[in-house]
Amino acid sequence: MRWTLWIPLGLFVFFLGLAGYQLTQPKDDQIPSAMVEKALPEFELPAAVETMPGASRADFIGGKPKLLNIWASWCLPCIAEAKQLEVLEGQGVEIIGVAIRDKPEDVAIFLERYGNPYTRIGKDDISSLMLEIGASGVPETYVIDAEGVIRYQHIGDIRLEHIPLLLEELKKAET
Amino acid sequence: MRALYSALLAAVLAPMALLSVPLTAQDSLPPAPYAYTQLEDPALEAQAVELMATLRCLTCQSQNIHDSDAPMAGDMRHQVRSRLAAGEEPGAIRQWLIVRYGDYVSYQPEVSSTTWPLFLVPAIIFGFGFLLLFRRLGRKRSDGEDAKSASTSEESA
Repeated sequence: MRWTLWIPLGLFVFFLGLAGYQLTQPKDDQIPSAMVEKALPEFELPAAVETMPGASRADFIGGKPKLLNIWASWCLPCIAEAKQLEVLEGQGVEIIGVAIRDKPEDVAIFLERYGNPYTRIGKDDISSLMLEIGASGVPETYVIDAEGVIRYQHIGDIRLEHIPLLLEELKKAET
Repeated sequence: MRALYSALLAAVLAPMALLSVPLTAQDSLPPAPYAYTQLEDPALEAQAVELMATLRCLTCQSQNIHDSDAPMAGDMRHQVRSRLAAGEEPGAIRQWLIVRYGDYVSYQPEVSSTTWPLFLVPAIIFGFGFLLLFRRLGRKRSDGEDAKSASTSEESA
């Protein structure tokens, strides 16, 4: 028997093994934004609550790098990350929030219950800013430098262990 | 038999029902204007449907935005329809999304630095297959002729 006859079987077993390996790997369903290292798109959103100003691209220009936090009062992980945002605010980080598909009264209740680390909160009723910056869910947090360039994307809620990471990225964004 | 069948069906479907519980809560806002409303112009709406069927829903990743009922898919449909109505080309709208989410958002495969083997490998395999087939056929024919001449020589012997 010629040895070349075994090539198709070998290929078949290789692909079987590859498929089997991939099936046992944990699923990665995070979708990184392709907008990191690109300029924050132009946007201007009205205020999400009466007591606070809305948010626009111009609010990120100048001063120190800032965090853009995309959240919603109806999102459970956003409750979990509220404490961490307060810690970041305590460290002198300016956080500009954008509330996705949210009602002003619900935003107000959320801020009263879980704290308000934001300087501004924009209201995005049709996820337009989410789509503009390549976000695929709530919450997501972006480091924006003083020139308005997106420097870093954090997908999902910010946990305790992510705080030093974000502080470091903010520091990196200063240069 | 039927009872066994339905018991089996239940055993298979019950865990699936548990797995399909949505991970995030839903918002309470009404959908975006063009999320569930067709465009007035049937030709534009046909273009919209064609485009939406090849764009990935980002919160329900195995569905396209035309099929998905997720709020974000609705917001994406709104973008597609309002941009088409404003005169943008379907290709430009797809590109607008690819710039933001990468190739992942589009179900229409495109040749790029990472996807070219997908297009090249089938061509190579087909070429190899045809080569093999022609060589086999060619050999068969000459084998057949050999056999015929062998049998005639046997008869004559």
